[in-house]
Amino acid sequence: MIRRRLAAAGALVAAVALVLSGCANQEGGQQQGGGPQAGAPAQPSDAVLPAGNGQGRCAPGTSIGYAGTIAGQNAALGIAIVNAAQLAVDQHNQANPNCQVTLVRADTGGTPDTATGPVTALINNPQVLGLVGLPFSGESRAVGPALNAAGIVNITPSATNPGLTQNGWTNFFRGLGNDAVQGPAIGRYIQQRLNAQKVCIIKDDSDYGIGLAGTVTQALGPAASCQVDVKTNQREFSAVIGQVQQQAPQAIFYSGYYQEAAPLIQQLRDAGVQTTFIGPDGVKDEQYVVNAAGSADGSLLSCPCVPQEGFTDFSNAYRQAFGVAPQTYSAESYDATTILLRGLDQGIADRPGLLNHVRNYNGQGLTKRFQWGPTGELTNTPVWMYRVQGNTIVTDTQIG
Amino acid sequence: MTAAVPALPHCRPTDRPRTPSYPPGGGCPTSPPERVISVLDLAALDPGALAPLVVHAEPWINFDVGLLVDRFWANTINGLAYGSVYALIALGYTLVYGVLQLINFAHSEIFVIGVFGVYLTFVALGFEPGAIPNLPLAAIILDLVLAGLVAMAVAGLAAIGLERVAYRPLRRRNAPRLAFLITAIGASFVIQQVIRIWRGSNPEGTIRLLPPSPAFTIFGAPVTNLQIVIILASIAMFVVTDRFVNGSRLGRGIRAVAQDPATATLMGVNRERVITITFLVGGVLAGVAALFYLMTIPQGAVYNGGFLLGIKAFTAAVLGGIGNLRGALLGGLILGVAENYGQSLFGGDWRDVVAFVLLVLVLMFRPTGILGESLARARA
Repeated sequence: MIRRRLAAAGALVAAVALVLSGCANQEGGQQQGGGPQAGAPAQPSDAVLPAGNGQGRCAPGTSIGYAGTIAGQNAALGIAIVNAAQLAVDQHNQANPNCQVTLVRADTGGTPDTATGPVTALINNPQVLGLVGLPFSGESRAVGPALNAAGIVNITPSATNPGLTQNGWTNFFRGLGNDAVQGPAIGRYIQQRLNAQKVCIIKDDSDYGIGLAGTVTQALGPAASCQVDVKTNQREFSAVIGQVQQQAPQAIFYSGYYQEAAPLIQQLRDAGVQTTFIGPDGVKDEQYVVNAAGSADGSLLSCPCVPQEGFTDFSNAYRQAFGVAPQTYSAESYDATTILLRGLDQGIADRPGLLNHVRNYNGQGLTKRFQWGPTGELTNTPVWMYRVQGNTIVTDTQIG
Repeated sequence: MTAAVPALPHCRPTDRPRTPSYPPGGGCPTSPPERVISVLDLAALDPGALAPLVVHAEPWINFDVGLLVDRFWANTINGLAYGSVYALIALGYTLVYGVLQLINFAHSEIFVIGVFGVYLTFVALGFEPGAIPNLPLAAIILDLVLAGLVAMAVAGLAAIGLERVAYRPLRRRNAPRLAFLITAIGASFVIQQVIRIWRGSNPEGTIRLLPPSPAFTIFGAPVTNLQIVIILASIAMFVVTDRFVNGSRLGRGIRAVAQDPATATLMGVNRERVITITFLVGGVLAGVAALFYLMTIPQGAVYNGGFLLGIKAFTAAVLGGIGNLRGALLGGLILGVAENYGQSLFGGDWRDVVAFVLLVLVLMFRPTGILGESLARARA
């Protein structure tokens, strides 16, 4: 008796599913050819490279550290950075037989609450003289005091929150423009190029997302007419989309990381919202394009990172080593690692010495000129806009 | 370029950092000046003393009644569809709790195993991440049903395996209830990390067989084909489970063990078998939830994807009355809808707050949840 009822219920469900799904229309995935890549800079002729002159000398066991996400939240962003650091170290070691440097990796998991342990392990390793990382702003703030107390020089290739350099840390150097540079550049782009007078700003609950949303909102002024919040690890955005639909903006700026941006853009497009979508550097990753499965096409992605396709030697070496083209902030990480390696080559064997080396450093990298001000900020940092075209991220134009 | 040297307010010999590279000798580290570690005073190590990364300019809470009213029906429909997934997972928590008085925290990982079952079935069927496949509808439905069956089988078996490996040995030794709870959390971590080592920490590429498209509208709010399938199929699954527990011979065994394990054993009910079946049913339902979840959120196949859903589903189970099947369904649907209302009314920051405030309010007035806590007495 029960079995028959079960069968009937199952049949009913199947029938309903069949009928309802008949309404689904099938769209093929859109594919567009890659257009010309506009204006990516070539490698500067005087760029300092990791190999140096081959005369480097340092004690055996000399190490530098990478601290950041490797397998945690938004791991792809961290992997692009640690890979480039590894490439720089490998190139250096190959060219300098008398100075073999080890890259020690610490996986912070990408969040403030998981970063402390791995970073403490690096601090307690006396052979680690300097640090590339941390990639994200929230975790950088969490471990900053400990790193500063240890006097271990810390060059971040990607953390953009402006507040990080306002703590009086003497060891913290930012290898790129911060969000006080990126935010206004995005604001100008939205108002002047896109001519949008009504913009929805959607932000996640990370320090990075909230901070950047603040600078963009400020730059847009009254045009930033709607503010929407999402949460880290949120995957279902129907209520968010409802807010956006009610406001009917001319552009949407998402301030956060790709893990949330990919489902968000897919659900926005599914709901019929075709508004121009702009994301920041936290979204600029191949994972965003892959996970959004076609819906990302046409998204604009800003980044204080320099296009890397012009750096052919670097790009080819990276591709050869890791099987993929360099990703967001790879070149910045390569530059940061190079700066530390230059110091080690000179025979610097302690943390204060390497800190002093970075503080007084003045040299051209692949991405920009590196000479830090007293707080650890660079002057003159470029911001670029990228664009998702089909299934790839292409360079659009320099916006700041 | 030399950095500005901060003053040394608390320079004592003990303030020296314990790095081996620090130059030996006592006294204040005045030279070289760069090496000043004034932050060693404890106040500076307190993160609260740091410059804030974030300055809030907007109001900390909204009260947008207009938006709530405007989006009421859309929020309701979306909330019911997503809440159905909560409800299916919540049934697993409730069943196990009802029989063993154990909160099976590893249930969220059983769900993730189901999600990967669905995803890997798609891959095995030849689908690739990216473009939406252009297949006849019958083939798509067949593929989805197949993926669902695989997920049900995989998740069901995983749940039985979990029970055998993690809980049965403890039961044999009459371990205290706390040991079960810790084991559940431990098992949850183990499964999560095994999946991470196996599949990596990035979400799997998006494979979507059935893109949502509006079928009809209710009061101006579109209802998609996907949502109709999910809501109806979830309710059907619930009815089937309810009939199974309350109407079948095996279900009678489950209720008997829930009521009084010792007496049930004396009456000839095989307790171990009942427990195995309970875990199996919970796992199978998690497998169904996995299919619907991956149809809704194609980015969901990731090792830690079950954590938040597990918490929400557990909340739903408690909200409706843990140990009570109908409570799980009701709790899941209410939670899904309440989250959406909360987001519209108060803003996105308050999404989860609304859900948990609701839970606290319900428990204040009905400590056993909306429908009460009784698998044993939940009769038709």
